[in-house]
Amino acid sequence: MCVVSLRGNLAWGCYGDRTLQLAEPLVPRNRLADLSKAATLPFYICIPPSSRTSFFLTPSMEDLTSPKQDKENQELGEARWPWEEIAASSQDPESGLSEPLESEQWLETGPQPRSSPPQSPQSRASPPLNDVRGPGAPSPPSPAPEASFIPSTLALAGQQLAIPWQSDRTTDVNPKAETPRSHHLEQSDQGESTAPQTCQSEGDTFQQSQQTERHLYGPEDVSDNNSKQKELRFNIFQEEDSNSNYGLDHTESGISEGAPSLLEIAVQSAKAYLLKTSSKSGLNLYDHLSEMLTKVLDERPENAVDIIESISQDVKMAHFRKKLDTLQNENEMLPIYETAEKQKALFLQGNLEGVDQELEDEIAENSLPNVMESAFYFEQAGVGLGTDETYRIFLALKQLTDTHPIQRCRFWGKILGLEMNYIVAEVEFREGEDEEDVEDEDVTEERDDGDSDAEENDEDELPRTFYKTPQVIPKEENRTGANKYVYFVCNEPGGPWVKLPSVTPAQIVTARKIKKFFTGRLETPIVSYPPFPGNESNYLRAQIARISAGTHVSPLGFYQFGEEEGEEEEEVEGRRDSFEENPDFEGIQVIDLVESLSNWVHHVQHILSQGRCNWFNPIQKSEEEEEEEDEEKEEEKGEEPEYMEQEVGPPLLTPISEDIEIQNIPPWTTRLSSTLIPQYAIAVLRSNLWPGAYAFSNGKKFENFYIGWGHKYSPDNYTPPPPPPACQEYPSGAEITEMDDPSVEEEQAFRAAREAAVLPVEEMGETEEDEDEDDDSDQE
Amino acid sequence: MDAESLLLSLELASGSGQGLSPDRRASLLTSLMLVKRDYRYDRVLFWGRILGLVADYYIAQGLSEDQLAPRKTLYRRGRGRKLGNQDPGDVVGSLNCMEWSLLPPATEEMVVQTSVVKGRFMGDPSHEYEHTELQKMSEGEKVFEEEVVVQIKEETRLVSVIDQIDKAVAVIPRGALFKTPFGPIHVNRTFEGLSLSEAKKLSSYFHFREPVELKNKTLLEKADLDPSLDFMDPLEHDIPKGSWSIQMERGNALVVLRSLLWPGLTFFHAPRTKNYGYIYVGTGEKNIDLPFML
Repeated sequence: MCVVSLRGNLAWGCYGDRTLQLAEPLVPRNRLADLSKAATLPFYICIPPSSRTSFFLTPSMEDLTSPKQDKENQELGEARWPWEEIAASSQDPESGLSEPLESEQWLETGPQPRSSPPQSPQSRASPPLNDVRGPGAPSPPSPAPEASFIPSTLALAGQQLAIPWQSDRTTDVNPKAETPRSHHLEQSDQGESTAPQTCQSEGDTFQQSQQTERHLYGPEDVSDNNSKQKELRFNIFQEEDSNSNYGLDHTESGISEGAPSLLEIAVQSAKAYLLKTSSKSGLNLYDHLSEMLTKVLDERPENAVDIIESISQDVKMAHFRKKLDTLQNENEMLPIYETAEKQKALFLQGNLEGVDQELEDEIAENSLPNVMESAFYFEQAGVGLGTDETYRIFLALKQLTDTHPIQRCRFWGKILGLEMNYIVAEVEFREGEDEEDVEDEDVTEERDDGDSDAEENDEDELPRTFYKTPQVIPKEENRTGANKYVYFVCNEPGGPWVKLPSVTPAQIVTARKIKKFFTGRLETPIVSYPPFPGNESNYLRAQIARISAGTHVSPLGFYQFGEEEGEEEEEVEGRRDSFEENPDFEGIQVIDLVESLSNWVHHVQHILSQGRCNWFNPIQKSEEEEEEEDEEKEEEKGEEPEYMEQEVGPPLLTPISEDIEIQNIPPWTTRLSSTLIPQYAIAVLRSNLWPGAYAFSNGKKFENFYIGWGHKYSPDNYTPPPPPPACQEYPSGAEITEMDDPSVEEEQAFRAAREAAVLPVEEMGETEEDEDEDDDSDQE
Repeated sequence: MDAESLLLSLELASGSGQGLSPDRRASLLTSLMLVKRDYRYDRVLFWGRILGLVADYYIAQGLSEDQLAPRKTLYRRGRGRKLGNQDPGDVVGSLNCMEWSLLPPATEEMVVQTSVVKGRFMGDPSHEYEHTELQKMSEGEKVFEEEVVVQIKEETRLVSVIDQIDKAVAVIPRGALFKTPFGPIHVNRTFEGLSLSEAKKLSSYFHFREPVELKNKTLLEKADLDPSLDFMDPLEHDIPKGSWSIQMERGNALVVLRSLLWPGLTFFHAPRTKNYGYIYVGTGEKNIDLPFML
């Protein structure tokens, strides 16, 4: 096994009998030393028994291993030694007691006076660290599984250290510790002469163990001086390993050259203590510390001492995590994949339509709005969703326009909900394409009528109620008033688009009285007072209608009233409800749009307090109905006011400067998007009545957008309307009013008066004889 | 959100629809850097924006040297006011994102005083709200009530609202900070984000303030708490129940908490990453209608 490791990008390594990564194919030995010096970093070279002198590692070392070399190795078989460490780094005044130091020195500079072997503090500390891994490491033939060539000296060295530890547990002291300097020199000379050579650790480890046995029985057998020296080194590491004594290794090795000392025994017992397995967790401190240190040194966090507790916790938790991985990941990741899968369809749809002809047609009758352009302008205004989300919505709108017969489509906005949000698209169907939906709604209305009929039939036995349901205000036809547009919502781009039902006046009227959060699920019932007729989809639709009516504005002159509409009709209706784009619109200066609100007009009809945009006269209709019905109701009708004053809202295209203030708060705030570059800035309009509603205009283009919770602003608290007064059960009058019981005196007086009265009655006639007689008998 | 990772944070919080225009973003990045230098802050947080009728307030918070230990941060929020000017965490406000002015620290008195003000901010710090209140005057034996007009400066209201929002809805994920045995609180460098299952629970998020409820807990409830991590109040016991909307966005890649009590506050956290933060963009008004709306 052979490893050379430097921190940083320079890493050479050979592991097992495979050659691993090599940063540089060939580095001369002296160069290596220079490098390490320059970097003042430790690096280790472990020389396998098979290659006495190899410090050069090449990308394909196996190939380079010459048969001759092998032969040589065999010859030297007895002198196998597991590895050699060279900690070639800076100068450390070290007493030269330890052999590894010498060897490293030898690598660096060749023969040197023994008195000053260089040794950096780092390199001194590292052997024991390596050594720490010992107990956990696997048996020699199968090296540690975590082997990887990270540029950490310790991880690598640690694995190698495992081998000597395993192969030889006996803590013997090598009597042949003394090795002459010259041997090093010899060896290095040999090393220079041999070609770059590979390392074969697997084979080596066997040999190694052989060697250790040999060494145990008789180190004297070793003939070669080199081997002696190597052996010595081996032994030292054995010592270190078994002692596991931090910082003591060098002195230890020095002492151990003599005889086992008290210190050594103490160290051994300390290690034994550390290795004691906890009866609770099955861990031992020794392993734990080694894992912690490995982690710290692998990751090299700054100020590691501050977070050592967390690291310790992490290491311990890692023991448990592995088992749960499969279970948890599967569940947790699912929704992400689902969403990705859903949205993938959005991205694919473009590719499916291939034919050019179709494409041209499509572009010609394109109903898709340029969402990205609007988003760009809104971004200037500081509102809007992220670019990524906007684009996904853009794709989702494309999907919508592709699958429905839509003439015009617009990204209306986003309404936030508690659990999910709504993305709202405003569309206009092509002529005659939206019939089906009307039928569906008629059915529901009929069902309501059926219910009321059934109630009327049952009335025979039950007391009749005098309550007369107020005239139901019919909802507006599609394409008119509040139902001018159809709205589609989806929870997230790629989700299914759901068409919202058209809105009824009752829903709008109730929606004005309640204030509820949206949940994000359309079928959620609205629990409120006054009760809301419908579920969340109806409420959402009502709020959308209100927001549109309140906040959809355009620059003055962008729209004009349709010319085909006759003057007479206008007089009759008092208002016009259709408009078209003004082809002659020349744009308004942005600065004018900012400075004057009268340059902005509403282009969505105001919703009357009746809940409709076009006033509906309930009396008129009730007369028609009542002609068919019985006379009873007509009589009652007399009590009702004959005439209801027609509600009139502001006409279409009214300037927003006429909007009513909210308790001294102006309903709109205008500003220029940028004061830094005003010449290219756009006008931004923010609604204060509906927080979250924005409009921009660059003079020619404009767009409205809403993002928010869908609630109207009010400076005062929301107060639910008081419940109606309790119903009167009976008319209060003299007969049924409770009276005090009469006192004795009153009773006597009453009796006297009655007796006086009875006498003349008896004289007068005999009609009430029976009762009177009874009374008399009682009295007497 | 940290001023240095402003762009990423804004992107993550963009689901609520309130961002910054490109020129504001650019000017913030520049000017906050200078604020950091001039006031010698260690970190500068972009706190958010309060929408006014005429102009918007941009708010940033500076954390001084030792602010990585958020106890100082909390100190600023809780007891810091006793220190007056030495208060380590300062709030700076700006109307144009370039020139920042230091706001005074909030006091109890201010909060009480400004609680009577209703309606929107104007966008002018020197604007004065007028509030008439009845004060009992006694002249000799006579006690009569007199109407007194109180002038409240918008700056005072701004400070008090920021303080209230910070105390009520500033959020931090569990584990992002830890308390050392000696008391000081540090940023947890090993925090690697909440796991997905944790991210969906309100109990994994804390109020970023001195604990209030924690002391009232019984021993039994405290038994499972990790004293080094669970030293703040979790959101799950907030009153009224359901005052947070917690949503997973972008598949499950982003968790977004929106406060319903202070609409406009958005907290975001990308599970299993260190990215988290909150931003307030709103009118600076508390949603007192919340009980009716749930």
